[in-house]
Amino acid sequence: MSAFFTGWLGAAVLSGIVIGVAMTCVAYMTWLERKFVARMQNRIGPYEVGYPHGWLQPMADVAKLLVKEDTTPRAADKLLFNLGPILVVVPALVGFAFLPVGRDLAIVDHPYSFLFFTAFASLTLLGVFAAGWSSNNKYALLSALRMVAMAASYEIPLILSLLIPALLTGSFQLTAVVEAQRGLWFIGYPVIGQLAFGIFLLCALAEGNKSPLDILDAESELVAAYNVEYSGIKFALFYAGEYAHTLAICGLAATVFFGGYLGPAFLPGFVWLILKCVVLFLIILWIRWSLMRMRIDQAIRIMWMFLLPASLVNLLLTAYWVVGR
Amino acid sequence: MSGGPIEVVERDFGELALNMGPQHPSTHGVLRLILHLSGETVIKAIPVIGYLHRGVEKLSEHLAYDQLAPVYERDDYLAPTANSNAYVLAVEKLGGIAVPRRAQWLRAFVSEWQRVSSHLVWLGTLGLDLGGALGGGTTLYMYCFREREKILDFLEELTGTRYHTNYNLVGGARYDLDAAMVAKSNALAASVGAALPEFWSMSGGNPIFQERTRNVGVISKDLAMGVGVTGPTLRASGINYDVRKAAPYDAYGELPFEVITRTAGDAEARFQVRMDEIAVSLKLVRTIVEGLPTGPIFARKPLKNPKATKLPKGEVYAAVESPRGELGFHIVSDGSAKPYRLKINAPSFKNLQIVPHILPGGLVADVVAILGSLDPVLGDVDR
Repeated sequence: MSAFFTGWLGAAVLSGIVIGVAMTCVAYMTWLERKFVARMQNRIGPYEVGYPHGWLQPMADVAKLLVKEDTTPRAADKLLFNLGPILVVVPALVGFAFLPVGRDLAIVDHPYSFLFFTAFASLTLLGVFAAGWSSNNKYALLSALRMVAMAASYEIPLILSLLIPALLTGSFQLTAVVEAQRGLWFIGYPVIGQLAFGIFLLCALAEGNKSPLDILDAESELVAAYNVEYSGIKFALFYAGEYAHTLAICGLAATVFFGGYLGPAFLPGFVWLILKCVVLFLIILWIRWSLMRMRIDQAIRIMWMFLLPASLVNLLLTAYWVVGR
Repeated sequence: MSGGPIEVVERDFGELALNMGPQHPSTHGVLRLILHLSGETVIKAIPVIGYLHRGVEKLSEHLAYDQLAPVYERDDYLAPTANSNAYVLAVEKLGGIAVPRRAQWLRAFVSEWQRVSSHLVWLGTLGLDLGGALGGGTTLYMYCFREREKILDFLEELTGTRYHTNYNLVGGARYDLDAAMVAKSNALAASVGAALPEFWSMSGGNPIFQERTRNVGVISKDLAMGVGVTGPTLRASGINYDVRKAAPYDAYGELPFEVITRTAGDAEARFQVRMDEIAVSLKLVRTIVEGLPTGPIFARKPLKNPKATKLPKGEVYAAVESPRGELGFHIVSDGSAKPYRLKINAPSFKNLQIVPHILPGGLVADVVAILGSLDPVLGDVDR
């Protein structure tokens, strides 16, 4: 990084780039999801707003949410209520700064960037809890309580499965993790790679509130769950935070399991990264829009009784393999 | 309101009263449930109904017999024909009005198509309850509505109306079925039948769906009899009672068909009964068009003044098997052209009475699964 990018101005410019790119991606992820799901369900999806295939629909949605009345319940805890959306969206965006988009090319190339990334991805839960608790609404409260129970269950297998790539690399630096996958992506390592990715995917579905594990966002039970009292721009922030988080999860999975920016040289590295993210996003959508939701006790039982032992065994296998290598 | 098979444990730390509905995505309309929760566990559930009360029974006392049939089609709005069918049966029974045989078969034909259409709505909304509007439930819902749309198109071609077909007349049926429509009906039955395995794989064949519905909301045989639930809800508890077999009306005495029962009494059993009933109904519509008798479909003199039909003094009760169960009309006549008093025995109302008995002990997530499996139509509950 040149000297320019180390100053305050440089930091501001880089943040602007990250936020701009991520938010644009988020807007078009909603469009992609709507189109993809429409195809699954024999529908067309957005079509009217913007000439080919309603490409301006995300902009129309954002504009609508921006001009809607922003309400705060009288009995809400105002500070936490207003802090909630920010706490959801900011950590999800911070994660992108650690994502390597090319060889030695990450905005923050920290030796522990992997840990930072997962830590920030999990921080969004604080915002969810703040929103659920401060809304002074029983549905939101139930959602916040579910969030605590769920987070305690899936975070452990999630972190344990993410330790596999770090262990195979011998480093917590995301750029090093990608470089270690030259030759064979970590998903290609027999048993350990696939098992780690499978566990990661299930936990990511839970963390990203995607069916079948969208327990805390279960709108057929808890109406709008933790954002039931939010409207306008704050609701838009929750929405953006959810998709930014999904994008971050896809980016992380692409980076640590699918070789990140690595790929045949006829396309630049960042294009490969984007393609992998899109494919992973579509896989998540495919799962999300095909399956029914689990009940909270069933989901938690799966986490503790199956995913946790499996990820521990996987960790041991990997450690054995790494030591014997 | 409490009681039932599940032991309610008293706890120290108080309870949370959650007001679920009348505006809630999973209460199938405007049902309101007051749930007393301990954590996520329901310890008491009180249904509050009446938000969709339209005073149909009182309205009946001000309209002539021949004007009333379409009014009742708005009660159970998922199976309109069943309502008017029960009503015209009651009027015909009291007035001694003969119905041509072809009309009887045609009534059964339209009823069975609407049973399929109603069960498809039920399956789609059960998907929404279990899978959510932002999940796999929507996909199942869309698939079900794709098939239902074809049925509505067919009914529109037959009767001129997609939905409130107003097909049943006192003394006959309104529109005849020609050869082209018979062919269309057979093609439609084949197409809906071909989609059933697809629905099954997205719902009953899926392990998550099975986990969500198995041993959830179990209604024992005694409880079912005691509360008086009816229709598929009753048959899922192992009681073989179907008005079409128990007290045959229209053409059902002559039609061969199987009454589906299950013994488990849980949400999955209710799901299976309804799924199998779709197949039975599809078989029935094929049987009906094959054996359709010839003759007129309306035997009475054309009515110049619809307010002229007068019924003799007396009381009558007639019932049909609507997609939700036994739907009966009790008419008290004072000899004039209007009912003196009319009471609708609505299946959804009876089925909803089971709610305080089977919800306690389950989680909030089970509440929506159980409600979805009961298939209440609030228009039918409140009338």
